[in-house]
Amino acid sequence: MPFIPHTVEDVRSMLSIIGVSSIDDLFDEVPKALRASFLDNIPPALSEMEIGRIMSDRAARDGHVLNFIGAGAYEHHIPAAVWAIVTRGEIYTAYTPYQAEASQGTLQTIFEYQTMLASLTGMEVANASLYDGASALAEACLMSVRANKKLHQSRILLPKAVHPQYRRCTQGICELQKITFETIDFDPLSGRTSWSAFSSAESAGLTAVVIQQPNFFGIYEDVDALTDWAHQHGALVIAVVNPTSLAVLRPPGDWGAKGADIVIGEGQPLGVPLSGGGPYFGFMTTRMEHVRQMPGRIVGKTVDLEGRPGYALTLQAREQHIRRGKATSNICTNQGLLMSAATIYLSIVGAEGLERVANASMAKTQMLMDRLSAVPGIHFPLDGARFHEVVMSVPVPPERLLEQLANRGIAGGYDLTHDYPELGYCLLVCATETKTDLDINRYVAAVTDVLNSLQAAGA
Amino acid sequence: MNTLSAVSRPELEPTIFDLSASGRRATAQAPALANCTVPANLRRRVRPRLPEVSELQALRHYTRLSRLNFSIDTNFYPLGSCTMKYNPRGCNQYAMLPEFLGHHPYAHASLSQGFLESLFELQEMLCDVTGMKAVSLTPMAGAQGEFAGVAMIRAFHRQRGDFHRDEIIVTQAAHGTNPATASMCGFKVVEVPCDATGDCDIEALKRVAGPRTAGIMLTNPSTLGVFERHIAEIRSIVHGVGGLLYYDGANLNAILGIVRPGDMGFDVIHMNLHKTFATPHGGGGPGSGAVGVAERLAPFLPIPVVAKSAEGYRFLDERDCPLSIGRLSGFMGNAGVLLRAYIYIRMIGREGLRRVGEFATLNANYLMARLQQAGFQVAFPARRATHEFIVTLKAESRDLGVTATDVAKRLLDFGYHAPTTYFPLLVPECLLIEPTETESRETLDGFAVTLEAILNEAREDVSRLKEAPYTLPVRRLDDVRAAKQLELVWRPDP
Repeated sequence: MPFIPHTVEDVRSMLSIIGVSSIDDLFDEVPKALRASFLDNIPPALSEMEIGRIMSDRAARDGHVLNFIGAGAYEHHIPAAVWAIVTRGEIYTAYTPYQAEASQGTLQTIFEYQTMLASLTGMEVANASLYDGASALAEACLMSVRANKKLHQSRILLPKAVHPQYRRCTQGICELQKITFETIDFDPLSGRTSWSAFSSAESAGLTAVVIQQPNFFGIYEDVDALTDWAHQHGALVIAVVNPTSLAVLRPPGDWGAKGADIVIGEGQPLGVPLSGGGPYFGFMTTRMEHVRQMPGRIVGKTVDLEGRPGYALTLQAREQHIRRGKATSNICTNQGLLMSAATIYLSIVGAEGLERVANASMAKTQMLMDRLSAVPGIHFPLDGARFHEVVMSVPVPPERLLEQLANRGIAGGYDLTHDYPELGYCLLVCATETKTDLDINRYVAAVTDVLNSLQAAGA
Repeated sequence: MNTLSAVSRPELEPTIFDLSASGRRATAQAPALANCTVPANLRRRVRPRLPEVSELQALRHYTRLSRLNFSIDTNFYPLGSCTMKYNPRGCNQYAMLPEFLGHHPYAHASLSQGFLESLFELQEMLCDVTGMKAVSLTPMAGAQGEFAGVAMIRAFHRQRGDFHRDEIIVTQAAHGTNPATASMCGFKVVEVPCDATGDCDIEALKRVAGPRTAGIMLTNPSTLGVFERHIAEIRSIVHGVGGLLYYDGANLNAILGIVRPGDMGFDVIHMNLHKTFATPHGGGGPGSGAVGVAERLAPFLPIPVVAKSAEGYRFLDERDCPLSIGRLSGFMGNAGVLLRAYIYIRMIGREGLRRVGEFATLNANYLMARLQQAGFQVAFPARRATHEFIVTLKAESRDLGVTATDVAKRLLDFGYHAPTTYFPLLVPECLLIEPTETESRETLDGFAVTLEAILNEAREDVSRLKEAPYTLPVRRLDDVRAAKQLELVWRPDP
């Protein structure tokens, strides 16, 4: 029996100690009428070898793709040591560290992670992870309402240049608690959030503003002006950041005169593989004054009864297992394993390694732009300074270009036409440090080739 | 002084920051130097405090830290309500094939057919296992599945023009996430008590159910470790007032292949794939809280959902599902966890699913019988255990002054992870014990003998338990200090 160790003799003697004659007798409290019939749609068992073959075949069908998509999930090199450690049974198969004495490894790792993330974002405290970047933004908005509770209504400014799926996810989760969101347009020339739209928003009774840096288009926002405006009007600032970029960008703690209040982001770039969309992890940091409004788990350093240092989950009175209906969030299990991967990743690459990753990615995207500029029909409509991602205008519907590139084994970009029809035919493309000269040439040649054939067919 | 405190213990590990030396780094991992093109006014001025260590130092540090943990791979984990069963390694290996790991979530559907086919089949299999009509895999943990479920209940009522239902009923024994979720979805929480045998108090339910009832959240088997026998009556009461039934799948392991939530009349459920379907807990996630629904709730499922057509598999989005409650994640939930659950179900197959429910129940009833023989009092002696059961130390607490925490901490000294303590809250000094189907009889016997020995220790000298554990890297920790003198990040010694 796969994964069940009982022998026939075990079963017999166990039943006799229980005092029943069959396993079926143990279900005599389940009403007969409810008993399940045969599970027709579940196939019979396969051996590990057989399912291994099926999965390997499916993986081969998807293939090794040359990827130029970012849009919130980024392909970076992951040191082999990261997942060699993370998949150790002692990490991979441990439970949430409620029994602190039996979980010092996990707890100390979280403590180290909190230290790294707080420093990276320029804040004072971090939690032990949220599900992902998008849902972390929802949690940050809910937290801002608790932290800025002098207000009777809850209004949050959410620029259109924030990741569209983050906006959808956040609005979906928060509208159930009667928070209203106001969209702020972006400037069509620079790609930055429009200062005139932002500064003319109704400022009375504003709970918070969301600023993504770099924004969804990869463009740097004028974070100082936006932050100071928000604070002058009594609103909190929620920063959405790419952790890799913080190796080279001023951290949210340094934005404007007072710095951002809550910082969240997608942790995936820190040692977590793309893996079809997850599991990733969301991070959240804030200032000490707001720590009791933070959702999720937090680890604190303490001492044992002999005075030796140790670590434990703390401020648990915020959480659902204590506070139930009055908790800061319903979050329970989150993304511990990925948090561990990020901690090990950051330890191995260090501040200088992360800087190199950021700078190399910017350089590769610039190289990609330079070479694509020579392709007829392609241009880059947004002129703001950028990190490692760029909006690219193409002369054909992006869907058709992407389909043809896919046929050549290339993931060619994120189609912006559904989320931003005002941009026309545009793609969001990204090149990280993982792309070589040859990769970039292959992409440019493929794009050229596809555009030629599509235009020839259309002519 | 107690002689036990002289036992040798694993050494503490310094923090990674203590190992750091300025200028040291793991060069093999860094790409070549490139110029920084960030405009001067946006450029970072002070480097973040990240460790400066060699690759070996990092590897050794985190390997050593890992050895300070209990885990399923190293210890028996009878943690009630958490289903700490074996996480087959094959599931991990084949979910981590390089093509899957390198797969971008926004890649064109034609580059995703292998991935999507696995997710689609998982949706179909979970429908069959639970008796529901449609499944969405996107919620990233049980609590997010609960959120999706309650949000769908809300959307269902509003869609038919009923805006007055503002209450969700939960039982007194419910997981903390149930009331927290109901609040997060904007509902008032109404609690109903349980009767002396552990079932829902039907008369109390009748009193609170009414035109304001949006739905009820139930776990069956309940968190008291017994099967809710009045389920048919609960269903007719709640449906009778126009409310819906939500199934918290935390305890699905107990009834896998035996009885299906859909057949019990539930309208919406979440499953914890990291419990029932053997994906690892990872020291606090990632989980996966897939949701299943009856026909009438299918239009509200969270997206993306995988669909199959003549052209192949693809994700459905806002344009396909206009009534959806929307997105809960930026991409596709915990996709890699879903592959692991898929592989697990294919490996145990239809007959294996039923065996899970059977042997989880056999192990729990056996362990309960062993502990009763050893003199422990169980919370519901007249009832069958399901996949878990509750021991109450009420008498020992009164007579000896020993608490559930004391016993739990002492168990750690013998290499057993503690059972769940102080949950459910309504049983005093309780230990909620869930052995799971993957543990052998020998392991259960060893655990029973140890628990009995600990009870004997308590009778001889209760102080020995009060100061446990002795053999772990740290002794009992000062939680009060942790919360009062908040030290949440590392700082160099002054």
